[in-house]
Amino acid sequence: MSGLTLAYALAFYFAVVVLVVGVAFKIGQFWTTPTPLKIPLMPAPMTRKGVGFRLAREVIYFESLFKSNKWIWIFAVLFHAGLVLVVLRHLRYFTEPVWFWVVLVQPFGIYAGFAMVAGLLGLWARRFVVDRIRYISSLSDHLMLALLTLIGVSGLMMKYVARTDIIALKAFCLGLVRFDLQPLPSDPVLLLHMGLVALLMIVFPFSKLLHVPGVFFSPSRNQVDDAREKRHLAPWAAKLDTQSKI
Amino acid sequence: MAKTPEFEIPPFRTELENPALVEGAMAHCQPFIAAPEHNTDLGFPGELVDNWEMKAVEKLGDLLNKNRALRVYLDSCVKCGACTDKCHYFIGTGDPKNMPVARQDLLRSVYRRYFTLAGKIAPGLVGAKDMTKDVLDDWYKYFHQCSQCRRCAVFCPYGIDTAEISMAARDIMDHIGLGTKYNNEILGKVHKIGNNLGLPENALINTMEGLEEDVEDETGITVRFPVDKKGADVLLVTPSADFFAEPHVDGLIGYAKVFHQAGINWTVSSHASEAANFAMFIGSYEQMHKVAQRIRQAALDLGVKRVIFGECGHAWRVAYSFLNTLAGPWDFLDPKYPKPQHILEVTYDLIQRGAINLDASANDDKVLTFHDSCNVARATRMGDVEGGQFIIPREVIKASVNKFVDMNPDTTHEKTFCCGGGGGLLTDDLMELRIKGALPRMEALKDVVDNHGVTHMAAICAICKSQFAKVMPYYGFPMDMIVSVHQLVSDAILLGTKE
Repeated sequence: MSGLTLAYALAFYFAVVVLVVGVAFKIGQFWTTPTPLKIPLMPAPMTRKGVGFRLAREVIYFESLFKSNKWIWIFAVLFHAGLVLVVLRHLRYFTEPVWFWVVLVQPFGIYAGFAMVAGLLGLWARRFVVDRIRYISSLSDHLMLALLTLIGVSGLMMKYVARTDIIALKAFCLGLVRFDLQPLPSDPVLLLHMGLVALLMIVFPFSKLLHVPGVFFSPSRNQVDDAREKRHLAPWAAKLDTQSKI
Repeated sequence: MAKTPEFEIPPFRTELENPALVEGAMAHCQPFIAAPEHNTDLGFPGELVDNWEMKAVEKLGDLLNKNRALRVYLDSCVKCGACTDKCHYFIGTGDPKNMPVARQDLLRSVYRRYFTLAGKIAPGLVGAKDMTKDVLDDWYKYFHQCSQCRRCAVFCPYGIDTAEISMAARDIMDHIGLGTKYNNEILGKVHKIGNNLGLPENALINTMEGLEEDVEDETGITVRFPVDKKGADVLLVTPSADFFAEPHVDGLIGYAKVFHQAGINWTVSSHASEAANFAMFIGSYEQMHKVAQRIRQAALDLGVKRVIFGECGHAWRVAYSFLNTLAGPWDFLDPKYPKPQHILEVTYDLIQRGAINLDASANDDKVLTFHDSCNVARATRMGDVEGGQFIIPREVIKASVNKFVDMNPDTTHEKTFCCGGGGGLLTDDLMELRIKGALPRMEALKDVVDNHGVTHMAAICAICKSQFAKVMPYYGFPMDMIVSVHQLVSDAILLGTKE
């Protein structure tokens, strides 16, 4: 086994651990931090089920963003929907035999790759063209878009420009999953693609990518409108009650 | 008849286009700093403490552990820009720091520096900043150019509510000895005297007696305005502006007529003679709790069965969304009624049941529109259906007035614009901000005035009413164009037709 294979294998194991532990830590932190007051953005659903629908609409078709700005919405949907299909398409590298529905996804995954990159370029262009968004963009916002765009472009390059040994790659991926390392093809584009993916996984829990768990924990969207019916009380706030009980 | 101040009144936009960015356009604008006694009355340090940089960061850490919203909102923003053109203060001033995300970033940059790995290792990369005097100055200016109206949050894919962030920033500033005169002085009055205006008990009783005489002179009918009446069924908690300011007091007369006509035995309390809870504006849970406990005390002392709130935006937020938390449980009140109830819910219900009669032709000299107050629209509900806070006030207006027109739907319901004076900014030292921030509402009003002959705009918030009465003349509208919803009810109600 080459040093390259070992380095990439270790990098991926490290990245997975950082991603899982990091995100689990943040979810734990969000989960355990109390909400002192009921602050749903009204009009809000009056049942838990209604809140489920509200969050689903936000996650699946970005309802609020649609209300806000059609350009951002279009680019965001292109990118996110594209990313979902691309990730599903990649499941074929980690499953043997490949699941039935993953086979079905394959042709769509290709278009999705282009959609994803187009969405990213649109979002990136807005950071230069729209003065308001230029003002609020910091270096990390540009770097995050650069990272994602490079991942998308290098992925597409392997399909259309510099094809890699897909059979060997799959053996490497399955080897990772089965803890039985197999050699990784040393094509530069593949190495770039995989290195950037590992990097993305590592920065995930330390970056604005925390919007992924965050969207589910936002009190303004996930609270039920029932303040008059049910008393809501945070443990730290309950102490004030006992100090001054009338 | 437009007044001329020393700054430019923003012109009405033709295409509602976004303003050009003007960095520092509002950097000169900040509210008066509280005198030491205003802060110490509330238990905050009188002046900026030694070591305030460290204390501010410590307080931020404390709030992060106490408030999930703050933590999630600081972590989740992706800088997509959806909120950037949604704030009335940005639209009116063009100052980029009045874009909601930029305002949040004033605090987020400090959060990143002290509480995130990326900000500790590579501050320049992620826009993390040390807690310095420049940062604090920006906090004081721009967190007091946010009226906590939540409009930006409606458009945020993650529901990030700048109000939560500005409340946290103000709470931190109070804890290091940097408060605002306006808010902290008022809170001191509430604790000492019972209301924001410092109206003492005997003055309150005199005022209410005066109103009783006025209504009797005008209508020939004795409508009671009771104060501290033990054994009343209803405790009315209303903003103190209702006791004498125009157009607020006409609304109070409307409530009294409704109670009279429905045979409801009510009272106000001199102990809790104020619905407003300015502690929300300064983001202090402890202060909000203390102010809310007055209402519980008054309800217990007077032995009432129901608590009803008058027309006031943020007060209704504290009442509807927070009162059960802050001063509950309200198990000693009559379970047949919502606890607490809004006066509009009461009036609406009476109209529905035919328990009061209204003659809308009494208001035939008017064409009405309705300003959804931000806190009522986006932070509360009325009635028992989603969005009742939009339906009920309009239905009550339509029962009282024959001619009603809604403004541009991008400026009403949950997309309503703040009046420009909410969130603890209704002070003369912020007049420039208040006038500029009113621009989007004034534009929408201008549209219905020009195209539909609207003569009056009704509101259900004491701050909206005061703010509009003050700023409308700058935009060429008469100040008496703003009316209380219950003023319309008061004009239309047929007294003596039901027993």
